[in-house]
Amino acid sequence: MRYSLWTLLREACSGHRGWKPAWRDASPKSAYEVIVIGGGGHGLATAYYLAKVYGVREVAVLEKGGIGLGNAGRNTTIIRSNYLLPGNNPFYEFSMRLWEGLERDLNYNAMVSQRGVLNLFHSDAQRDAYVRRGNAMRLHGVDAELLDREAVRRMLPFLEFETARFPIQGGLLQCRGGTARHDAVVWGYARAASGLGVDIVQNCEVTDLVREGGRIVGVNTSRGEIRARKVAVAVAGHSSRVAAMAGLRLPIETHVLQAFVSEAVKPLIPCVVTFGAGHFYVSQSDKGGLVFGGDLDGYNSYAQRGNLPMVEEVCASGMALMPMIGRLRLLRSWGGMMDMSMDGSPIIDRAPLEGLYLNAGWCYGGFKATPASGYCFAHLLAREESHEVARAFRLDRFATGHLLDEKGQGPHPNLH
Amino acid sequence: MRIACPFCGERDLSEFTCLGDAGGPRPAPEGEGAVARFLEAVYLRDNPAGVHRELWYHASGCGSWLRVTRDTRTHEVLAVRFAREARGT
Repeated sequence: MRYSLWTLLREACSGHRGWKPAWRDASPKSAYEVIVIGGGGHGLATAYYLAKVYGVREVAVLEKGGIGLGNAGRNTTIIRSNYLLPGNNPFYEFSMRLWEGLERDLNYNAMVSQRGVLNLFHSDAQRDAYVRRGNAMRLHGVDAELLDREAVRRMLPFLEFETARFPIQGGLLQCRGGTARHDAVVWGYARAASGLGVDIVQNCEVTDLVREGGRIVGVNTSRGEIRARKVAVAVAGHSSRVAAMAGLRLPIETHVLQAFVSEAVKPLIPCVVTFGAGHFYVSQSDKGGLVFGGDLDGYNSYAQRGNLPMVEEVCASGMALMPMIGRLRLLRSWGGMMDMSMDGSPIIDRAPLEGLYLNAGWCYGGFKATPASGYCFAHLLAREESHEVARAFRLDRFATGHLLDEKGQGPHPNLH
Repeated sequence: MRIACPFCGERDLSEFTCLGDAGGPRPAPEGEGAVARFLEAVYLRDNPAGVHRELWYHASGCGSWLRVTRDTRTHEVLAVRFAREARGT
C-alpha cells in the first residue's frame, strides 16, 4: 500500500480498518543470494539498497529479536555531517543527502527535521579547531557557519552566559543537521525492503557460520541452516562476537553509552546543541522531552545498562550549560552497546574470509550514518569494490597506518 | 560497580580509571613478523561478552595499577590484583 494523503483520507472515513502491516514477517528459505545478519537500521538499509539500487532481490535480513530493538532504538537521533577528515566527510555528507530525500524515497515519514546542529566552543584553542573543521566542511561542499558569542546568545538565550566556569565564546553551526525519528527509520526501511521482496526474519539468532573449503557459505540459526553466496554482518555492538565465529579478532571493543530523556515540556530548544567544555549533547523531541547524552561509561560492557557516576556527570554537564533544566525530572535512561573501533571510525569491508563482509565499528555515530552505511555496504556486496565515499573504511587500515582518527586519541576506544 | 583495591579496600567506581584490555606482554620488536605481532597487540581485541581481564588505575586512591577480572555482561568484579604481581599470569 502506497501512503498518501488520499489513503489517509480514505482510511479516516472508513474507521482505519483497511491498514495493512507495513512489512512481511517472513519465514526463512533454505538459501539466498545475500544474508544480512542484523535487523537494525544498517542491516535493513543494506537490504533495501541491494534490492533497489543493485537489483539483488534474493536477500534475507536475520534478526535475533525484533527489528530495531538494538542500537537503532537506543540512540539520540542526531543526524549531521560535520566531520573533519577527508576520509570521513564525503561519506557523512552522502548520508546527509540521502536523509534529505529519504522520506520521498521510502514513502514513509521518518520525521527528518533539519533543525541545525550547534557545537559550542569555550576557548581560543577550541575555536581554532572549529574554524578548521568548518573550513574542511565547506571545502567538501558541506554547510558550516561560525557564530560568535552574541549570535549564539540571540539563538539560545537560555544558555549560561554570565557566570560559567568556561564561558561560551561561540559555536560552529551546521544548519542542515538535525534529528530524525529513529524507529520510523527502521520501519521505513523494513517496509520498503519488504516491498521489494526482501525477507525480514525475526527471532532468528545466528549461532554459527557455515564454512566450506575456506569460505563462508551460510549460517546456522535458531531456525535452522540458511545458505547464501554472501554473508553480510551488520550487528554493531556484537561485531566481535560474530567475527569470533569465523575465528577473527577485530580492532573493536564493546562499550556502553547511556542516553536520557526528560519529562515533556513546551518547545524550548530549537536545535541540537553540544557543550564543548564537557561532553553533553541535547535536543528536544517533537513530544517535548529533552533527549540528551554524554560520554561512554569508559570500560568494556555488554550490559545494555550503565552506571550512576556517569548519570551524575552527564546531568552536571547539562546543568553547567543550561542551569534552567535543574528542576526537570528524568523520565528514562538507558544504555546501548557501541562497537568502539580503535580509531573512532567505522569499517565497511570484506573480511579476510571469502564470502564474509563486515559493517562494523560505528562507535557512537552509527545512527546518522544509517542511509550511507546501507548504501555503501550494498555497493560492496553487489560490486565487490568499495563505494567511492567509503574507500577509507578498510579493515586493513590498522595494519597499514591509514587511520581515521578524528579526535587523535590513538588506540584507546574508551576515549573516542 | 565497586572495586576492591588490594591496598585501599573496596572503593567506588568513580575513584578509578579504566585503561582497557590487559592483553599480553609487549611483543618483541625484533625478528620476523614483528609488524604483525604489534598489530595484534596494539589494535586487535578478543572483546568477550563474559570474563574480561583489564587494567584499571586507582587515580583517586593509592595510585596503583590494578588488573581487574570482570564480567562484561553483569559488571561483576571477580578478582583484583596489583598489575605488577599479575604480570605473566
